[in-house]
Amino acid sequence: MTQASETITAPAEAHSHKSEMIAFAIMVLVLAVLPAFVYPPFLMKALCFALFACAFNLLIGYVGLLSFGHALYFGWASYFAAHLAKVGKISIPYWAGSWQWLTITNSPMVPELAIFLAVFGAAVLGLIAGSIAIRRQGIYFAMITLALAQMMYFFALQAPFTGGEDGIQPVPRGHLFGLFNLADERVMYVFVLVVFLLGFLLIYRVIHSPFGEVLKAIRENEQRAISLGYKTDRYKLVAFTLSAAIAGLAGAIKPFVVQNASLTDVHWSMSGEVVLMTLLGGLGTIFGPVVGAFTIIAMQNYLAAFGQWVTIIQGTIFVLCVLLFRRGIIGEIANLFRIRL
Amino acid sequence: MEINLPALFGQLLIGLINGSFYALLSLGLAVIFGMLNIINFAHGAQYMMGAFAAYFLLQFAGLNYWWALILAPVIVGGIGILIERAFLQWLYKLDHLYGLLLTFGLALIIQGLFRHQYGSSGLPYQIPPQLTGVRDLGFTFLPNYRAWVIGMSLAVCLGTWFMIEKTRLGAYLRAATENPTLVRAFGINVPRMITLTYGFGVALAALAGVMAAPIYAVNPTMGADLIIVVFAVVVIGGMGSIMGAIVTGFGLGVIEGLTKYFFPEASNTVIFVIMVIVLVTRPAGLFGRAA
Repeated sequence: MTQASETITAPAEAHSHKSEMIAFAIMVLVLAVLPAFVYPPFLMKALCFALFACAFNLLIGYVGLLSFGHALYFGWASYFAAHLAKVGKISIPYWAGSWQWLTITNSPMVPELAIFLAVFGAAVLGLIAGSIAIRRQGIYFAMITLALAQMMYFFALQAPFTGGEDGIQPVPRGHLFGLFNLADERVMYVFVLVVFLLGFLLIYRVIHSPFGEVLKAIRENEQRAISLGYKTDRYKLVAFTLSAAIAGLAGAIKPFVVQNASLTDVHWSMSGEVVLMTLLGGLGTIFGPVVGAFTIIAMQNYLAAFGQWVTIIQGTIFVLCVLLFRRGIIGEIANLFRIRL
Repeated sequence: MEINLPALFGQLLIGLINGSFYALLSLGLAVIFGMLNIINFAHGAQYMMGAFAAYFLLQFAGLNYWWALILAPVIVGGIGILIERAFLQWLYKLDHLYGLLLTFGLALIIQGLFRHQYGSSGLPYQIPPQLTGVRDLGFTFLPNYRAWVIGMSLAVCLGTWFMIEKTRLGAYLRAATENPTLVRAFGINVPRMITLTYGFGVALAALAGVMAAPIYAVNPTMGADLIIVVFAVVVIGGMGSIMGAIVTGFGLGVIEGLTKYFFPEASNTVIFVIMVIVLVTRPAGLFGRAA
């Protein structure tokens, strides 16, 4: 009881990257063809959550940090992007004898700039929250991230620019780089898909970099990594900030897809959902979060009419995953065929 | 700034009431964590079940508040024991985070079932007739029921502290927390102790729920947001110390009450802000030992 003998880890790792390449090709192919068969707005929403889950997985799966407040970065980036694209007003308070507002800009922004600034904002929030949360380990880390996210939820509820209970709507899609009209559903889908794939590849690259190897070493044995001379807190903070920024990227795309930003995306239940998606798909697998996100979003979509049963089923999936298949869907497949996914 | 004394005392009183619940709930969390190494995310849901148990006992069995005060913790604690036997006992060898995830799932199921059945609006529960009315303290009016909640919560907290720190049973418990294998070698049934400890922690949550029922409406979501605040309380106090959990719980309730009076906009967030300040200055928590 005092020593945890099984940690949250990836399945046995094979040496070849071939399985990952093939799986990636299949994923791209499926996502390219799917809009012909499935309602595209649903797919775009699922892609946002898939990227969100991948960002979350970077922490839990590869550093062993359970952030129970990832809705903070997703939801706040969503607010930032929606506000910048719709209103665009940025005011910064400053002190000159009394508090004054410095208004930097006052006109709606083009989507790419709104998204860029929203991601930057999420990264800053991640840097601040991360530097507070990494002061404690394990279970405390989870509780602290949850509490910080709840604090920012109340700020979102009270801040004037978020529209409180109403949220920000409608968010105009606008023209990307002045060229591509995002109001066109096909153009929008390609845009979301490209952003998702870029985010996905970035995470893949990070995991397989020397930096990623250190992260995995921290996951396996932090004390050992420290004794080898790694400043693990710095690695953890960089990973946390990166994860927050990518979660922010997912959140910044979402208001353009669904054309609103709301309190749902900053609520603790959203933090719980991203944990569920990743757990169901497979912690510490590259493709698991994608599969998990599509499964959960599809389930919510088809069971929406059943009200509270969605929550009950989600809770049940949590319990079943923890008790019976901790590897998740992709983790079980990878384990079955002894490949890396 | 002109201070309106009755209003200030009113908020202080509400703060003490909230503090009573923070103390009871964080105490339960600390007791469970000490023994099981699991953060019981279902604690808020079990608090809610306590309130509902009181409501059901009155509606379907005609048993009043005083019966509920005894029976609800026993019933919900019993359910807790079943949960430990059915689910939690398989997790002790795993990473602690799985316990958090599993109990989070249980909380979703329990809250979902109650919401499915009773919606999100509150059900009324009357203050017992013996405790209605108010007492004039000269500077403010103290409703009898609120005085009872504060007193009862203090008594239960101190009783628990006494049991764990000063009795033989408590010594076994503390020993089993430190080194379960050795305690088992002495012939003490540690697994049973773990089960009962979980049941006891859950019973504390249910007791808090019964006491909360007449103050807040009985509502399926009453524990959902509360548990996150209690997590912050636990982070501030550190879970290493039983007395720490009690003192932090009451203290933060009072601070929250004061904030409601002086700066109402921040009353929802003040505990989280304090958590940040404590983490920056004393990372191990006020009463915690460094990990």
